[in-house]
Amino acid sequence: MAQSFQFELVSPERLLVSDQVESVIIPGAEGEMTVMASHAPVMTTIKPGVVTVKSASGTEERYVVFGGFADVLPSGCTLLAESAVAVKDIDRADIARRIQEAKEDVADAKTDEHRTKAEAFLHQLTTLEGALLPA
Amino acid sequence: MASLKDLRNRIASVKATQKITKAMQMVAAAKLRRAQEAAEAARPYSERMGAVLANITQAVGGGGDAPALMTGTGNDDVHLLVVCTAERGLCGGFNSQIARLARDHARKLLAEGKTVKIICVGKKGFDILRRDFASQIIDRVDLREVRQLAFTHADGIARKVISLFNEGGFDVCTLFYSQFKSVISQIPTAQQIIPAAAQADTADAGTGGAVYEYEPEPGEILSDLIPRNISVQIFRALLENAAGEMGAKMSAMDNATRNAGDMINRLTITYNRQRQAQITKELIEIISGAEAL
Repeated sequence: MAQSFQFELVSPERLLVSDQVESVIIPGAEGEMTVMASHAPVMTTIKPGVVTVKSASGTEERYVVFGGFADVLPSGCTLLAESAVAVKDIDRADIARRIQEAKEDVADAKTDEHRTKAEAFLHQLTTLEGALLPA
Repeated sequence: MASLKDLRNRIASVKATQKITKAMQMVAAAKLRRAQEAAEAARPYSERMGAVLANITQAVGGGGDAPALMTGTGNDDVHLLVVCTAERGLCGGFNSQIARLARDHARKLLAEGKTVKIICVGKKGFDILRRDFASQIIDRVDLREVRQLAFTHADGIARKVISLFNEGGFDVCTLFYSQFKSVISQIPTAQQIIPAAAQADTADAGTGGAVYEYEPEPGEILSDLIPRNISVQIFRALLENAAGEMGAKMSAMDNATRNAGDMINRLTITYNRQRQAQITKELIEIISGAEAL
């Protein structure tokens, strides 16, 4: 059995997970990555996506996060999510609302740089919606 | 001298008031517990955020690519005060304490010849500050309809502040709120959020001396992290305020209930004395009437 490490998933409102886990899949801004025990220290921003947590006892849980940061240390991993919900509790209307907001952001963007950013975010959101809610 | 009937009415009315204050105290106590739980639940996030920020600040090393939100504009002319107060009164000196701190701060800045802009979060602060600084208040945020404070509310305020900063609307931003120390003690606090005040460095903890990898570049993460940190600071301030408001309301209403109790006692004594006096008077009248026969 693989080694376990301490993983914490925190959103501004509360601490969602604080547990010994075997591996965590994080949707990093520059690609997904799987974190296991004794991972090299990394700090990365995360894009909207699904975090898969495989706990030491073998159960697997999935959470939807909407952006944030991950701080990975050999001894543990902390995920600061802007907002996080367990996949089973996800609300279709909530995602639709976020997409709507993102669209408005794209329309409101003043500079090119800002627009590129907003469009990328919108794209990530729609991908996420497609992955979560098969039509 | 009030008649017996007046006194009776008075006692009944004070009793009714006491019932209301008692109920408000109990409601505040229940809400306080919830607000305190919310404040505690939010603590891990802001703590970790602080640690991450300290870590990354060290990596960037205050170099040229640190964003303006952190280093400031280099000027110190225009100050933005974000004053967070409660939406409702009847909580003792809670709102006026925060407003007083903000007012003193604003007066000092104005005396130094600086420009002051104010954003009011919460109705009560707006009502108080409007008297002195009507022309300085540029915006107000109403959280009256909000039942449970969510991060999005704080995020909305933070976005306003940041976009104003990016337009060059101000140089320094200070957040006013009340720190929740205990149920009976809330400390009005001023906290500078832009430029970010120097963080105590706690970065070495846990890295084991290993070199961090950053994905994307530290500067880029930082420019994403700092606005979020501002949201977190505001969120924390709002939560502390909510807990403080309920604490202050609870003790204010406790006082009011006790005062009403004292008043009822006093009125009851007066009422009984008068009743006794009246009985005595009537007896004397009857007896002297009988003697005269």
